[in-house]
Amino acid sequence: MPASISESPLASCHLALGARMIPFAGWNLPVEYSGLLAEHKATRQAAGLFDISHMGQIRAKGKDALSCLESLLANDPAKLKDGEGHYSFITNEQGGVIDDLLVYRLSADDFFLVVNASRHPEILQLLKKHETPQVRFSGNPGTATGMALQGPQASAILAQILQGAPLPLRNHIAQFTLFGANILIATTGYTGENGYEIFSDIPTGLKIWAALLEAGKPLGLLPCGLGSRDSLRLEAGLPLNGQDLSPEISPLEAGLGMFVDLNRPRTFPGRPVLEKHKGSGSPRICIGLQGQPGQPPPRHGYPVFQGDKQIGVITSGVPSPTLGHGIALALVTTPAPLCGQDVEFEVRGRRVPAKVSSRKFLKTK
Amino acid sequence: MNTPDNLHYAKSHEWLRLDKDTGTVGITDHAQSALSDVVFVELPKSGRVVKQGEVIATVESVKAASDIYAPVGGTILESNETLSSDPGLINREPYGQGWLFRIKPDSTKPTGLLSSSDYAATLPH
Repeated sequence: MPASISESPLASCHLALGARMIPFAGWNLPVEYSGLLAEHKATRQAAGLFDISHMGQIRAKGKDALSCLESLLANDPAKLKDGEGHYSFITNEQGGVIDDLLVYRLSADDFFLVVNASRHPEILQLLKKHETPQVRFSGNPGTATGMALQGPQASAILAQILQGAPLPLRNHIAQFTLFGANILIATTGYTGENGYEIFSDIPTGLKIWAALLEAGKPLGLLPCGLGSRDSLRLEAGLPLNGQDLSPEISPLEAGLGMFVDLNRPRTFPGRPVLEKHKGSGSPRICIGLQGQPGQPPPRHGYPVFQGDKQIGVITSGVPSPTLGHGIALALVTTPAPLCGQDVEFEVRGRRVPAKVSSRKFLKTK
Repeated sequence: MNTPDNLHYAKSHEWLRLDKDTGTVGITDHAQSALSDVVFVELPKSGRVVKQGEVIATVESVKAASDIYAPVGGTILESNETLSSDPGLINREPYGQGWLFRIKPDSTKPTGLLSSSDYAATLPH
């Protein structure tokens, strides 16, 4: 853990909006502004604006950038075309997840990575060990702003401040000029809604934050904190590193094998373990659970039972604001119970019923 | 934050109102604000005998489950059933309709609790 707490470059905006701040992954960040439920609902029905400046932005430049990334990432960056991005992992030799990240190809020798705040210094250090005169990595914590604009009105709001410039397609990224600066906009997010992630230098980021709030206000946009970010991502079945992913959990165990490319010659850390998980099955697998209204919600760390036998543990759980009952991701031993089957989780010494379900709890975009 | 004068407060953010030999317990305005939107409550059954400081209920927001401690020892008389269908009452009226349970205290002179001004002094400014 970092010894000191960093302030977001947008901290002054959060204080002006009356946000309640909490420490998270070494950063002092807004957990909520108007209230978690209101912010969650605004993102599902209109739009939400999230500060993601704590997330690590790393640039890989040089003619060996692709080759270097190919040897480190579980999803094959050679598949990406200019302007395209995908979800990937940095795994350890045991096949466990050091970090999950988004990798964008800006051009043949220029890649942009967005990593978790808690892993940013470690990943940057790891990448720098592979530097050569033909590949350089840059992007120290706290040197840029990032924000996510998410929800059904996100496109309409962003179009206003971009004055008609066409927006990137889903999972694509493009460079724009705004307030005289070059910025990056990716059509990605962590809510299950259509939306954008906007990366810029700090002075420009402050202007974009203000412009989006103003343009979005008449359309129902709310600034949103980490609280609703977590409930939104879990409804969409998206994993959180440190809970659903960890150095002890492989991407295949997390049910994310589609983002691990084993159909290529290049090896990467942990590949033999992941081959084994793919071939003969992983010892554990992540399943979705749905609770019932009026029952205590599932939470991280609660044990999961099938009959008398404990089969695993909940890695993330929340009372779903949209569905009105608890939802959870659980890591259980294989063979795992199937969708629709009954299991139980244990809350404060008593068993609560749940059904196994798809990990995508909401039909989102 | 609102801290009415006529109540006793626990450092763990519960309040106790004594009317003769009946105590009513809830969570403070500060506690409901820190928890944010309450979506689920688990309350004690009547007749349960409880010691001061024992975990007696759970209040859950979207983010987390929080234990509620008995501000006094005694016997549970009733729980606020309305909260199971409308847990948001705890946020809207923490000192009113959002009460959690009533208790017959072991003593009508509770010890170890704070006055309104002493409790308010423990809160962040």
